[in-house]
Amino acid sequence: MNEILKVENLVKKYNDSYAVKNVSFTVNKGEVLVIIGASGSGKSTILRCINQLEKIDGGNVTINEDSMIKEMKNGKVIYNTKDILNKMNLECGMVFQNFNLFPHLSVLQNVTEAMVHVLKLDYKEAENKALKILENMGLKGKERKYPCNLSGGEQQRASIARTLAIAPQIIFMDEPTSALDPELVGEVLKVVKKLASQNRTMVIVTHEIQFAKEIADRVIFMCDGKIIEEGIPKDVIDNPKKKRTKEFLKRYSN
Amino acid sequence: MDNILNLFNILSQGLFTTILIFILTLLFAIPLGIVVAIAQNSKNKILNAIIKIYILIIRGTPMMLQIIFVYFAPYYLFKLSYDRFLAVIIAFVINYAAYFSQIFRSGILSIPKGQKEAAFTLGFSKTQTFFKIILPQVIKRILPSMSNEVISLVKTTSLAQIIGVTEVFALAQKQASFQFSILPLCIAALIYLALCTIITFVFNKLEKKFSYYTIT
Repeated sequence: MNEILKVENLVKKYNDSYAVKNVSFTVNKGEVLVIIGASGSGKSTILRCINQLEKIDGGNVTINEDSMIKEMKNGKVIYNTKDILNKMNLECGMVFQNFNLFPHLSVLQNVTEAMVHVLKLDYKEAENKALKILENMGLKGKERKYPCNLSGGEQQRASIARTLAIAPQIIFMDEPTSALDPELVGEVLKVVKKLASQNRTMVIVTHEIQFAKEIADRVIFMCDGKIIEEGIPKDVIDNPKKKRTKEFLKRYSN
Repeated sequence: MDNILNLFNILSQGLFTTILIFILTLLFAIPLGIVVAIAQNSKNKILNAIIKIYILIIRGTPMMLQIIFVYFAPYYLFKLSYDRFLAVIIAFVINYAAYFSQIFRSGILSIPKGQKEAAFTLGFSKTQTFFKIILPQVIKRILPSMSNEVISLVKTTSLAQIIGVTEVFALAQKQASFQFSILPLCIAALIYLALCTIITFVFNKLEKKFSYYTIT
């Protein structure tokens, strides 16, 4: 097995309550892991911790053998060096629920910006790559538009394109369709499936159970900051064993 | 008619000073305001306290008093006298930087957190994030309040006369009492009005330039 991401005993506290409590899982190269669970169960927090948007309170995250945490000292985590954290950051791509596109930049510039200023590609090369990525996301002809002129579905596809620009080894998606009108959900799920078929490694938090079933190699069900059930979709979604999973799926299946 | 032209002629001798105060104040107060705004958003408690006191004093005391203070305090304290015009510029920059900083700060705070987060996950450094992602959006957001403040600056330049710097308004007052006429003040009013019209025009242009996108 080609393990790319390892999360060990991840702990995240807000004040004194646990948002994530001793969560461990791994993701292999090319695998699609889907995390489901009720709102507030800690799914998004896990993605935010891995992407260094939140400081963790315990445990560790390892990507390609680089560790986020160097050691524990007096019950506090000591983060690794800036170089390693930056490297890990670039190996992760993040797609947000609210897209967070840069409104003052065109769709094309949204994609090229990081290639030019972070990866230091020359502009022409970045533009060519960006045009290819945008075409792949079904956004041909929209390159010169600004985010405010796109539909929600197009905005989310543009934000996925922007994430692909830094060529991340794992793509994290935090409820990528939750901010969309129902009729626009399909087009976004379609490009996510396309990415899965291209053997991209992805970790997706979603409420779209049917979609989870179709795309996931493995599903994690979370509740109250803990993993309740984990396995292939056939087991977790179709034949859940735990009571909480059953209750949750009953509410979401219609 | 001859008198009107003559008055324009006389007052325009002060116009250069008025415009110079205006331009120099903008030139120094805007960058200083940005620095103050960034510093105020930082987590350093001592820095924060210093800035809060600075803003409180500047906003809580008359500008006329500040100008007099900046010019006369060194004299009373150290018997040190210096250029009046320089004192005006120092007082204006300190004053306007305080007001600008609050506009910038509200602009920076109004940018959704997601913008910073997206920039971070794409690998942008903090400086890149500020200059390439945050600042351009801040400029668009604060244009209306900046236009307000800049227009007020044009008129506030008339306070320079309080320590004897001769600008448009000082000359107009002198002419008014010399000619025993209200006309010089009307001419001065026209000059200020013209300047403010130009500024309004420039800001409208700027707002148009930034209207190609909306911030959601």
